[in-house]
Amino acid sequence: MIESFFQYQFLQNAAITGMLIGIVAPLLGVFIVVRRLSLIADALSHITLTGIAASLLLEKKVSAVQDLNPVYMGMVFSVGGAILIEKLRKVYKHYEELAIPIILSGGIGLGVLLISLADGFNTDLFSYLFGSVTAVTRSNMWTVLIITIVVITIVILFYKELFVLSFDEEHASISGVNGKWIHLLFIVMVALVIASAMQVVGILLVSALMTLPVAAALRIAASFKQTIGLSIAFGELSVILGLYTSYHLSVPPGGTIVLTAIIILMMSMLYKKVRNQLYIKGETI
Amino acid sequence: MGNDKIIEIDHVSFKYDAEWIVQDVDLSIEKGQFLGLVGPNGSGKSTLIKLMLGLVKPDQGNIRLFGQELRHFNQWQEVGFVSQKANSFNSGFPATVLEVVKTGLVSRIGAFRFFNRKHKEKAMKALEIVEMEDYAESSIGELSGGQQQRVFIARALVSDPSLLILDEPTVGVDAKHVANFYDLLAKLNREQDISLLMVTHDIGTITEHATHVACMNKSLHFHGISEEYKGFEEGNLNQLYGHSVQPLTHNHHHEVKHS
Repeated sequence: MIESFFQYQFLQNAAITGMLIGIVAPLLGVFIVVRRLSLIADALSHITLTGIAASLLLEKKVSAVQDLNPVYMGMVFSVGGAILIEKLRKVYKHYEELAIPIILSGGIGLGVLLISLADGFNTDLFSYLFGSVTAVTRSNMWTVLIITIVVITIVILFYKELFVLSFDEEHASISGVNGKWIHLLFIVMVALVIASAMQVVGILLVSALMTLPVAAALRIAASFKQTIGLSIAFGELSVILGLYTSYHLSVPPGGTIVLTAIIILMMSMLYKKVRNQLYIKGETI
Repeated sequence: MGNDKIIEIDHVSFKYDAEWIVQDVDLSIEKGQFLGLVGPNGSGKSTLIKLMLGLVKPDQGNIRLFGQELRHFNQWQEVGFVSQKANSFNSGFPATVLEVVKTGLVSRIGAFRFFNRKHKEKAMKALEIVEMEDYAESSIGELSGGQQQRVFIARALVSDPSLLILDEPTVGVDAKHVANFYDLLAKLNREQDISLLMVTHDIGTITEHATHVACMNKSLHFHGISEEYKGFEEGNLNQLYGHSVQPLTHNHHHEVKHS
Protein backbone atom coordinates (compact mmCIF):
# COMPACT_ATOMS: atom_id res chain seq x y z
CA MET A 1 0.00 0.00 0.00
CA ILE A 2 2.91 2.33 0.77
CA GLU A 3 4.05 2.32 -2.86
CA SER A 4 0.55 2.72 -4.20
CA PHE A 5 0.03 5.51 -1.73
CA PHE A 6 2.53 7.71 -3.55
CA GLN A 7 1.28 6.52 -6.90
CA TYR A 8 -2.46 7.07 -6.58
CA GLN A 9 -4.02 10.31 -5.53
CA PHE A 10 -7.30 8.68 -4.48
CA LEU A 11 -5.41 6.60 -1.90
CA GLN A 12 -3.74 9.72 -0.51
CA ASN A 13 -7.12 11.41 -0.28
CA ALA A 14 -8.69 8.50 1.57
CA ALA A 15 -5.71 7.87 3.86
CA ILE A 16 -5.20 11.49 4.88
CA THR A 17 -8.94 12.10 5.32
CA GLY A 18 -9.16 8.89 7.34
CA MET A 19 -6.28 9.90 9.59
CA LEU A 20 -7.81 13.33 10.22
CA ILE A 21 -11.13 11.69 11.10
CA GLY A 22 -9.24 9.29 13.34
CA ILE A 23 -8.29 12.31 15.45
CA VAL A 24 -11.49 14.36 15.57
CA ALA A 25 -14.12 11.62 15.73
CA PRO A 26 -12.79 10.09 18.99
CA LEU A 27 -11.93 13.58 20.35
CA LEU A 28 -15.58 14.65 20.14
CA GLY A 29 -16.60 11.08 20.94
CA VAL A 30 -15.15 11.35 24.46
CA PHE A 31 -17.54 14.20 25.30
CA ILE A 32 -20.44 12.41 23.60
CA VAL A 33 -19.88 9.19 25.53
CA VAL A 34 -19.45 10.76 28.99
CA ARG A 35 -22.59 12.82 28.43
CA ARG A 36 -24.41 9.61 27.45
CA LEU A 37 -25.36 10.96 24.06
CA SER A 38 -23.88 8.12 21.99
CA LEU A 39 -27.06 7.78 19.93
CA ILE A 40 -26.85 11.37 18.71
CA ALA A 41 -24.05 10.32 16.38
CA ASP A 42 -26.36 7.70 14.87
CA ALA A 43 -29.22 10.15 14.41
CA LEU A 44 -26.92 12.67 12.73
CA SER A 45 -25.34 10.12 10.43
CA HIS A 46 -28.77 9.04 9.19
CA ILE A 47 -29.84 12.60 8.50
CA THR A 48 -26.57 12.98 6.59
CA LEU A 49 -27.78 10.15 4.35
CA THR A 50 -30.91 12.18 3.66
CA GLY A 51 -28.72 15.04 2.50
CA ILE A 52 -26.70 12.73 0.26
CA ALA A 53 -29.91 11.35 -1.26
CA ALA A 54 -31.28 14.86 -1.80
CA SER A 55 -28.06 15.82 -3.55
CA LEU A 56 -28.09 12.74 -5.80
CA LEU A 57 -31.71 13.45 -6.70
CA LEU A 58 -30.97 17.08 -7.52
CA GLU A 59 -28.08 16.06 -9.74
CA LYS A 60 -30.31 13.67 -11.63
CA LYS A 61 -33.41 15.79 -12.05
CA VAL A 62 -32.11 19.33 -12.28
CA SER A 63 -29.76 19.80 -15.15
CA ALA A 64 -28.42 23.06 -13.73
CA VAL A 65 -27.00 21.18 -10.75
CA GLN A 66 -24.09 19.17 -12.01
CA ASP A 67 -20.92 17.99 -10.30
CA LEU A 68 -22.38 18.81 -6.93
CA ASN A 69 -20.45 16.78 -4.38
CA PRO A 70 -23.10 15.09 -2.21
CA VAL A 71 -20.87 15.39 0.86
CA TYR A 72 -21.60 19.10 1.19
CA MET A 73 -25.35 18.62 1.08
CA GLY A 74 -24.86 15.87 3.66
CA MET A 75 -23.09 18.38 5.90
CA VAL A 76 -25.91 20.90 5.54
CA PHE A 77 -28.49 18.28 6.52
CA SER A 78 -26.37 17.01 9.39
CA VAL A 79 -25.93 20.49 10.87
CA GLY A 80 -29.65 21.19 10.33
CA GLY A 81 -30.48 17.93 12.10
CA ALA A 82 -28.18 18.85 14.98
CA ILE A 83 -29.94 22.17 15.50
CA LEU A 84 -33.34 20.43 15.28
CA ILE A 85 -32.28 17.92 17.95
CA GLU A 86 -31.34 20.80 20.25
CA LYS A 87 -34.72 22.46 19.64
CA LEU A 88 -36.61 19.20 20.23
CA ARG A 89 -34.72 18.58 23.46
CA LYS A 90 -36.17 21.83 24.74
CA VAL A 91 -39.70 20.94 23.60
CA TYR A 92 -39.51 17.59 25.43
CA LYS A 93 -37.68 18.76 28.53
CA HIS A 94 -38.45 15.62 30.48
CA TYR A 95 -37.83 13.22 27.57
CA GLU A 96 -34.70 14.69 26.06
CA GLU A 97 -33.68 11.41 24.38
CA LEU A 98 -36.91 11.47 22.31
CA ALA A 99 -35.26 13.98 20.00
CA ILE A 100 -32.88 11.29 18.78
CA PRO A 101 -35.39 8.72 17.41
CA ILE A 102 -37.51 11.53 15.94
CA ILE A 103 -34.58 12.84 13.90
CA LEU A 104 -33.23 9.37 13.15
CA SER A 105 -36.49 7.95 11.78
CA GLY A 106 -37.41 11.20 10.10
CA GLY A 107 -34.03 11.19 8.38
CA ILE A 108 -34.36 7.62 7.15
CA GLY A 109 -37.98 8.15 6.07
CA LEU A 110 -37.14 11.17 3.97
CA GLY A 111 -33.93 9.51 2.79
CA VAL A 112 -35.76 6.44 1.46
CA LEU A 113 -38.27 8.63 -0.35
CA LEU A 114 -35.53 10.70 -2.00
CA ILE A 115 -33.49 7.61 -2.91
CA SER A 116 -36.51 6.02 -4.62
CA LEU A 117 -37.26 9.23 -6.51
CA ALA A 118 -33.63 9.22 -7.64
CA ASP A 119 -34.25 5.74 -9.12
CA GLY A 120 -32.97 3.63 -6.28
CA PHE A 121 -29.62 2.47 -4.98
CA ASN A 122 -26.51 2.63 -7.06
CA THR A 123 -22.82 2.10 -6.38
CA ASP A 124 -22.42 5.68 -5.21
CA LEU A 125 -24.94 5.18 -2.48
CA PHE A 126 -23.40 1.89 -1.46
CA SER A 127 -20.06 3.60 -0.87
CA TYR A 128 -21.75 6.22 1.30
CA LEU A 129 -23.33 3.50 3.42
CA PHE A 130 -20.18 1.48 4.05
CA GLY A 131 -17.36 3.83 3.19
CA SER A 132 -14.96 3.81 0.29
CA VAL A 133 -11.27 4.26 -0.40
CA THR A 134 -11.95 5.64 -3.85
CA ALA A 135 -14.76 8.13 -3.30
CA VAL A 136 -12.83 10.83 -1.45
CA THR A 137 -11.87 13.71 -3.72
CA ARG A 138 -9.02 16.10 -3.15
CA SER A 139 -11.44 18.93 -2.39
CA ASN A 140 -13.22 16.70 0.17
CA MET A 141 -9.84 16.12 1.78
CA TRP A 142 -9.14 19.85 2.08
CA THR A 143 -12.60 20.42 3.55
CA VAL A 144 -11.99 17.74 6.17
CA LEU A 145 -8.60 19.27 6.95
CA ILE A 146 -10.22 22.64 7.60
CA ILE A 147 -12.93 21.04 9.74
CA THR A 148 -10.25 19.18 11.72
CA ILE A 149 -8.29 22.36 12.41
CA VAL A 150 -11.44 24.25 13.44
CA VAL A 151 -12.65 21.43 15.71
CA ILE A 152 -9.29 20.98 17.45
CA THR A 153 -8.96 24.74 17.98
CA ILE A 154 -12.45 25.03 19.46
CA VAL A 155 -11.96 22.03 21.76
CA ILE A 156 -8.67 23.48 23.06
CA LEU A 157 -10.20 26.94 23.53
CA PHE A 158 -13.29 25.64 25.31
CA TYR A 159 -11.71 22.62 26.97
CA LYS A 160 -12.51 23.62 30.54
CA GLU A 161 -16.05 24.67 29.64
CA LEU A 162 -16.71 21.42 27.76
CA PHE A 163 -15.26 19.43 30.62
CA VAL A 164 -17.26 21.13 33.37
CA LEU A 165 -20.45 20.90 31.28
CA SER A 166 -19.89 17.17 30.78
CA PHE A 167 -19.13 16.49 34.42
CA ASP A 168 -21.71 18.65 36.15
CA GLU A 169 -24.09 20.86 34.20
CA GLU A 170 -25.43 22.62 37.30
CA HIS A 171 -21.94 23.54 38.46
CA ALA A 172 -21.12 24.79 34.96
CA SER A 173 -24.13 27.06 35.07
CA ILE A 174 -23.07 28.52 38.44
CA SER A 175 -19.56 29.00 37.04
CA GLY A 176 -21.00 31.33 34.45
CA VAL A 177 -20.52 28.91 31.55
CA ASN A 178 -23.06 29.56 28.81
CA GLY A 179 -24.14 25.96 28.36
CA LYS A 180 -26.64 26.68 25.62
CA TRP A 181 -24.12 28.17 23.22
CA ILE A 182 -21.31 25.76 23.97
CA HIS A 183 -23.67 22.84 23.52
CA LEU A 184 -24.91 24.15 20.19
CA LEU A 185 -21.34 24.77 19.04
CA PHE A 186 -20.43 21.26 20.11
CA ILE A 187 -23.30 19.53 18.35
CA VAL A 188 -22.62 21.47 15.14
CA MET A 189 -19.00 20.25 15.30
CA VAL A 190 -20.27 16.70 15.77
CA ALA A 191 -22.51 17.10 12.72
CA LEU A 192 -19.61 18.33 10.57
CA VAL A 193 -17.29 15.55 11.73
CA ILE A 194 -19.94 12.90 11.05
CA ALA A 195 -20.50 14.17 7.53
CA SER A 196 -16.71 14.17 7.00
CA ALA A 197 -16.17 10.72 8.45
CA MET A 198 -19.00 9.23 6.44
CA GLN A 199 -16.93 9.26 3.25
CA VAL A 200 -14.38 6.88 4.68
CA VAL A 201 -16.23 4.72 7.21
CA GLY A 202 -19.74 5.04 5.83
CA ILE A 203 -22.95 6.30 7.34
CA LEU A 204 -23.85 3.09 9.12
CA LEU A 205 -20.54 2.88 10.95
CA VAL A 206 -19.65 6.49 11.57
CA SER A 207 -20.91 6.48 15.17
CA ALA A 208 -18.67 3.48 15.88
CA LEU A 209 -15.57 5.58 15.24
CA MET A 210 -16.85 8.10 17.77
CA THR A 211 -17.68 5.59 20.48
CA LEU A 212 -15.59 2.38 20.20
CA PRO A 213 -12.14 3.99 20.73
CA VAL A 214 -13.63 5.87 23.70
CA ALA A 215 -15.11 2.69 25.12
CA ALA A 216 -11.64 1.09 24.94
CA ALA A 217 -9.93 4.12 26.49
CA LEU A 218 -12.43 4.19 29.38
CA ARG A 219 -11.25 0.74 30.46
CA ILE A 220 -7.68 1.92 30.88
CA ALA A 221 -7.47 5.68 31.45
CA ALA A 222 -7.40 7.25 34.92
CA SER A 223 -7.87 10.88 33.95
CA PHE A 224 -9.98 12.74 31.43
CA LYS A 225 -6.96 13.91 29.48
CA GLN A 226 -5.65 10.36 29.30
CA THR A 227 -9.06 9.23 28.04
CA ILE A 228 -8.85 11.77 25.22
CA GLY A 229 -5.27 10.79 24.36
CA LEU A 230 -5.95 7.06 24.32
CA SER A 231 -9.21 7.48 22.39
CA ILE A 232 -7.39 9.36 19.64
CA ALA A 233 -4.58 6.81 19.60
CA PHE A 234 -7.06 3.92 19.31
CA GLY A 235 -9.12 5.77 16.68
CA GLU A 236 -6.02 6.47 14.62
CA LEU A 237 -4.83 2.86 14.88
CA SER A 238 -8.26 1.62 13.79
CA VAL A 239 -8.31 3.88 10.76
CA ILE A 240 -4.76 3.04 9.61
CA LEU A 241 -5.00 -0.72 10.09
CA GLY A 242 -8.58 -0.72 8.78
CA LEU A 243 -7.74 1.19 5.61
CA TYR A 244 -4.71 -1.03 5.01
CA THR A 245 -6.69 -4.27 5.22
CA SER A 246 -9.57 -2.74 3.29
CA TYR A 247 -7.25 -1.89 0.41
CA HIS A 248 -5.61 -5.33 0.35
CA LEU A 249 -8.82 -7.32 0.70
CA SER A 250 -10.80 -5.00 -1.60
CA VAL A 251 -13.63 -4.60 0.90
CA PRO A 252 -15.29 -1.37 2.08
CA PRO A 253 -13.12 0.32 4.75
CA GLY A 254 -16.06 0.90 7.09
CA GLY A 255 -16.15 -2.77 8.01
CA THR A 256 -12.41 -3.24 8.51
CA ILE A 257 -12.02 0.00 10.50
CA VAL A 258 -14.84 -0.86 12.87
CA LEU A 259 -13.66 -4.46 13.29
CA THR A 260 -10.18 -3.18 14.15
CA ALA A 261 -11.74 -0.87 16.71
CA ILE A 262 -13.67 -3.83 18.16
CA ILE A 263 -10.45 -5.86 18.45
CA ILE A 264 -8.77 -2.94 20.24
CA LEU A 265 -11.76 -2.71 22.55
CA MET A 266 -11.55 -6.42 23.41
CA MET A 267 -7.82 -6.12 24.04
CA SER A 268 -8.35 -3.18 26.38
CA MET A 269 -10.92 -5.18 28.33
CA LEU A 270 -8.53 -8.10 28.57
CA TYR A 271 -5.73 -5.75 29.65
CA LYS A 272 -7.87 -4.37 32.44
CA LYS A 273 -8.77 -7.87 33.61
CA VAL A 274 -5.17 -9.06 33.64
CA ARG A 275 -3.98 -5.90 35.36
CA ASN A 276 -6.63 -6.22 38.05
CA GLN A 277 -5.67 -9.80 38.72
CA LEU A 278 -1.98 -8.98 38.93
CA TYR A 279 -2.87 -6.14 41.26
CA ILE A 280 -4.87 -8.41 43.56
CA LYS A 281 -2.02 -10.94 43.59
CA GLY A 282 0.47 -8.20 44.35
CA GLU A 283 -1.68 -7.08 47.25
CA THR A 284 -1.90 -10.51 48.87
CA ILE A 285 1.83 -11.25 48.62
CA MET B 1 -22.75 49.02 51.06
CA GLY B 2 -22.02 49.58 54.71
CA ASN B 3 -23.64 46.38 55.96
CA ASP B 4 -22.19 42.90 56.07
CA LYS B 5 -25.11 41.14 54.46
CA ILE B 6 -23.89 38.48 52.06
CA ILE B 7 -27.28 37.25 50.97
CA GLU B 8 -30.46 39.27 51.07
CA ILE B 9 -33.65 37.50 50.14
CA ASP B 10 -36.39 40.08 49.92
CA HIS B 11 -39.98 38.75 49.98
CA VAL B 12 -39.23 36.05 47.43
CA SER B 13 -41.92 33.72 46.07
CA PHE B 14 -41.64 31.00 43.47
CA LYS B 15 -44.25 28.73 41.96
CA TYR B 16 -43.95 25.59 39.88
CA ASP B 17 -46.95 25.07 37.62
CA ALA B 18 -49.72 26.49 39.79
CA GLU B 19 -48.26 25.47 43.14
CA TRP B 20 -46.32 27.84 45.35
CA ILE B 21 -43.04 26.22 46.38
CA VAL B 22 -41.55 29.24 48.13
CA GLN B 23 -43.85 31.84 49.64
CA ASP B 24 -42.80 35.33 50.63
CA VAL B 25 -39.47 34.37 52.18
CA ASP B 26 -37.53 37.19 53.74
CA LEU B 27 -34.10 36.09 54.92
CA SER B 28 -30.58 37.43 55.09
CA ILE B 29 -27.18 36.04 55.99
CA GLU B 30 -24.43 38.15 57.43
CA LYS B 31 -20.70 37.70 57.09
CA GLY B 32 -19.25 35.03 59.37
CA GLN B 33 -22.55 33.29 60.04
CA PHE B 34 -23.17 29.58 59.76
CA LEU B 35 -26.84 29.35 58.90
CA GLY B 36 -28.63 26.01 58.99
CA LEU B 37 -31.72 25.98 56.76
CA VAL B 38 -34.14 23.29 57.93
CA GLY B 39 -37.63 22.16 57.07
CA PRO B 40 -39.56 19.05 56.09
CA ASN B 41 -39.25 17.34 52.70
CA GLY B 42 -40.75 19.40 49.92
CA SER B 43 -40.61 22.56 51.99
CA GLY B 44 -38.81 24.47 49.26
CA LYS B 45 -35.33 24.52 50.86
CA SER B 46 -33.50 23.33 47.76
CA THR B 47 -35.60 25.61 45.57
CA LEU B 48 -34.62 28.56 47.73
CA ILE B 49 -30.97 27.61 47.14
CA LYS B 50 -31.56 27.41 43.40
CA LEU B 51 -33.15 30.84 43.53
CA MET B 52 -30.11 32.24 45.34
CA LEU B 53 -27.79 30.76 42.76
CA GLY B 54 -29.82 32.11 39.87
CA LEU B 55 -30.59 28.60 38.59
CA VAL B 56 -34.31 29.47 38.72
CA LYS B 57 -35.89 32.92 38.67
CA PRO B 58 -38.27 34.12 41.40
CA ASP B 59 -41.86 34.98 40.48
CA GLN B 60 -41.92 37.69 43.10
CA GLY B 61 -39.34 39.44 45.21
CA ASN B 62 -35.71 40.23 44.92
CA ILE B 63 -32.39 38.58 45.75
CA ARG B 64 -29.06 40.29 46.32
CA LEU B 65 -25.68 38.62 46.66
CA PHE B 66 -22.88 40.67 48.22
CA GLY B 67 -25.05 43.75 47.82
CA GLN B 68 -25.53 43.22 44.09
CA GLU B 69 -28.78 42.40 42.33
CA LEU B 70 -28.67 38.74 41.37
CA ARG B 71 -29.20 39.35 37.68
CA HIS B 72 -26.19 41.65 37.60
CA PHE B 73 -24.08 39.51 39.90
CA ASN B 74 -20.96 38.11 38.28
CA GLN B 75 -18.62 37.43 41.19
CA TRP B 76 -19.43 33.74 41.17
CA GLN B 77 -15.96 32.85 42.44
CA GLU B 78 -17.11 34.27 45.80
CA VAL B 79 -19.77 31.56 46.05
CA GLY B 80 -18.90 27.91 46.55
CA PHE B 81 -21.72 25.42 46.07
CA VAL B 82 -21.90 21.77 47.05
CA SER B 83 -24.98 20.33 45.46
CA GLN B 84 -27.21 17.58 46.73
CA LYS B 85 -26.61 15.99 43.37
CA ALA B 86 -22.85 15.97 43.88
CA ASN B 87 -23.18 12.43 45.17
CA SER B 88 -25.20 11.19 42.25
CA PHE B 89 -22.77 12.13 39.49
CA ASN B 90 -21.81 9.57 36.86
CA SER B 91 -19.35 7.53 38.94
CA GLY B 92 -17.86 6.03 35.78
CA PHE B 93 -16.74 9.47 34.67
CA PRO B 94 -13.07 9.26 33.69
CA ALA B 95 -11.62 12.10 35.73
CA THR B 96 -9.09 12.39 38.50
CA VAL B 97 -9.81 14.17 41.77
CA LEU B 98 -7.48 16.97 40.69
CA GLU B 99 -9.32 17.46 37.38
CA VAL B 100 -12.64 17.69 39.22
CA VAL B 101 -11.35 20.19 41.79
CA LYS B 102 -9.89 22.39 39.05
CA THR B 103 -13.36 22.84 37.52
CA GLY B 104 -14.12 24.98 40.58
CA LEU B 105 -11.80 27.57 39.03
CA VAL B 106 -13.67 27.92 35.76
CA SER B 107 -15.51 31.07 36.82
CA ARG B 108 -12.31 32.64 38.17
CA ILE B 109 -10.25 31.89 35.06
CA GLY B 110 -12.82 33.10 32.54
CA ALA B 111 -13.24 32.29 28.86
CA PHE B 112 -10.37 31.72 26.41
CA ARG B 113 -7.84 31.06 29.18
CA PHE B 114 -6.30 27.77 30.14
CA PHE B 115 -5.56 25.83 33.29
CA ASN B 116 -1.94 26.32 34.35
CA ARG B 117 0.47 25.32 37.09
CA LYS B 118 -0.86 27.97 39.48
CA HIS B 119 -4.34 26.52 39.19
CA LYS B 120 -2.99 23.10 39.98
CA GLU B 121 -1.32 24.44 43.11
CA LYS B 122 -4.55 26.10 44.20
CA ALA B 123 -6.42 22.85 43.68
CA MET B 124 -3.82 20.98 45.75
CA LYS B 125 -4.21 23.52 48.55
CA ALA B 126 -7.99 23.08 48.53
CA LEU B 127 -7.45 19.32 48.71
CA GLU B 128 -5.16 19.81 51.70
CA ILE B 129 -7.88 21.73 53.55
CA VAL B 130 -10.23 18.76 53.19
CA GLU B 131 -7.34 16.33 53.80
CA MET B 132 -7.66 14.63 50.42
CA GLU B 133 -4.31 15.64 48.91
CA ASP B 134 -3.12 12.03 48.77
CA TYR B 135 -5.95 11.18 46.39
CA ALA B 136 -5.23 13.91 43.82
CA GLU B 137 -4.49 11.44 41.05
CA SER B 138 -7.17 8.89 41.97
CA SER B 139 -10.24 8.39 39.82
CA ILE B 140 -13.18 10.24 41.34
CA GLY B 141 -15.42 7.19 40.92
CA GLU B 142 -13.15 4.97 43.03
CA LEU B 143 -13.57 7.02 46.21
CA SER B 144 -16.08 6.39 48.99
CA GLY B 145 -19.12 8.64 49.42
CA GLY B 146 -17.51 10.59 52.25
CA GLN B 147 -14.30 11.09 50.29
CA GLN B 148 -16.21 12.26 47.23
CA GLN B 149 -18.08 14.71 49.43
CA ARG B 150 -14.74 16.16 50.55
CA VAL B 151 -13.58 16.46 46.96
CA PHE B 152 -16.72 18.40 46.05
CA ILE B 153 -16.12 20.70 49.01
CA ALA B 154 -12.56 21.21 47.75
CA ARG B 155 -14.00 22.08 44.35
CA ALA B 156 -16.24 24.65 46.01
CA LEU B 157 -13.31 26.03 48.05
CA VAL B 158 -10.74 26.29 45.28
CA SER B 159 -11.89 29.69 44.06
CA ASP B 160 -11.44 31.14 47.61
CA PRO B 161 -15.14 31.84 48.13
CA SER B 162 -16.35 33.89 51.07
CA LEU B 163 -19.66 32.02 51.06
CA LEU B 164 -20.17 28.27 50.90
CA ILE B 165 -23.64 26.90 50.18
CA LEU B 166 -24.26 23.22 50.89
CA ASP B 167 -27.46 21.40 49.94
CA GLU B 168 -28.01 18.28 52.06
CA PRO B 169 -24.31 17.45 52.03
CA THR B 170 -24.51 14.62 54.54
CA VAL B 171 -27.00 12.50 52.60
CA GLY B 172 -25.28 9.24 51.68
CA VAL B 173 -22.34 9.85 54.02
CA ASP B 174 -22.08 7.40 56.91
CA ALA B 175 -22.58 8.58 60.49
CA LYS B 176 -18.90 8.25 61.43
CA HIS B 177 -17.90 10.68 58.69
CA VAL B 178 -20.71 13.11 59.40
CA ALA B 179 -18.99 14.11 62.66
CA ASN B 180 -15.71 14.76 60.80
CA PHE B 181 -17.65 16.65 58.22
CA TYR B 182 -19.06 19.08 60.79
CA ASP B 183 -15.57 19.57 62.22
CA LEU B 184 -14.40 20.50 58.75
CA LEU B 185 -17.24 23.02 58.37
CA ALA B 186 -16.42 24.55 61.76
CA LYS B 187 -12.79 24.88 60.68
CA LEU B 188 -13.79 26.62 57.44
CA ASN B 189 -16.14 28.93 59.28
CA ARG B 190 -13.65 29.96 61.97
CA GLU B 191 -10.21 29.65 60.41
CA GLN B 192 -10.92 30.50 56.79
CA ASP B 193 -13.61 33.04 57.68
CA ILE B 194 -16.07 31.51 55.24
CA SER B 195 -19.78 32.13 55.78
CA LEU B 196 -21.84 28.98 55.51
CA LEU B 197 -25.36 28.19 54.45
CA MET B 198 -26.30 24.56 54.84
CA VAL B 199 -29.60 22.95 53.92
CA THR B 200 -30.37 19.89 55.98
CA HIS B 201 -33.23 17.86 57.37
CA ASP B 202 -31.01 16.81 60.27
CA ILE B 203 -32.39 19.33 62.76
CA GLY B 204 -30.73 17.95 65.88
CA THR B 205 -27.16 18.05 64.59
CA ILE B 206 -27.39 21.38 62.81
CA THR B 207 -28.50 23.27 65.91
CA GLU B 208 -25.38 22.03 67.68
CA HIS B 209 -23.07 23.37 64.98
CA ALA B 210 -24.68 26.31 63.20
CA THR B 211 -24.65 29.81 64.65
CA HIS B 212 -28.09 30.55 63.20
CA VAL B 213 -31.05 28.50 62.10
CA ALA B 214 -33.81 29.27 59.64
CA CYS B 215 -36.80 27.00 59.42
CA MET B 216 -39.13 27.04 56.45
CA ASN B 217 -42.10 25.22 55.08
CA LYS B 218 -42.82 27.15 51.91
CA SER B 219 -42.82 30.30 54.01
CA LEU B 220 -40.27 31.14 56.68
CA HIS B 221 -41.32 30.07 60.18
CA PHE B 222 -38.24 30.91 62.19
CA HIS B 223 -34.97 32.74 61.79
CA GLY B 224 -32.62 33.39 64.67
CA ILE B 225 -29.67 32.10 66.64
CA SER B 226 -29.46 28.38 67.26
CA GLU B 227 -30.09 28.56 71.01
CA GLU B 228 -33.42 30.25 70.45
CA TYR B 229 -34.39 27.71 67.81
CA LYS B 230 -34.50 24.90 70.35
CA GLY B 231 -37.20 26.72 72.25
CA PHE B 232 -39.11 27.43 69.07
CA GLU B 233 -38.86 23.83 67.98
CA GLU B 234 -40.50 22.46 71.10
CA GLY B 235 -43.54 24.68 70.76
CA ASN B 236 -44.02 24.68 67.01
CA LEU B 237 -42.73 21.51 65.46
CA ASN B 238 -46.14 19.88 65.32
CA GLN B 239 -47.67 22.88 63.70
CA LEU B 240 -44.84 23.08 61.23
CA TYR B 241 -44.62 19.48 60.22
CA GLY B 242 -48.31 18.63 60.57
CA HIS B 243 -50.18 17.12 63.45
CA SER B 244 -49.28 13.48 63.02
CA VAL B 245 -45.59 14.08 63.37
CA GLN B 246 -43.34 13.12 66.21
CA PRO B 247 -39.65 13.85 66.51
CA LEU B 248 -37.70 10.61 66.75
CA THR B 249 -34.21 10.16 68.03
CA HIS B 250 -31.85 7.73 66.36
CA ASN B 251 -28.37 7.38 67.77
CA HIS B 252 -27.12 10.90 68.06
CA HIS B 253 -29.05 12.57 65.33
CA HIS B 254 -32.67 13.49 65.11
CA GLU B 255 -35.08 12.75 62.36
CA VAL B 256 -38.62 13.72 61.76
CA LYS B 257 -40.84 10.97 60.52
CA HIS B 258 -44.38 11.02 59.31
CA SER B 259 -46.36 8.33 61.02
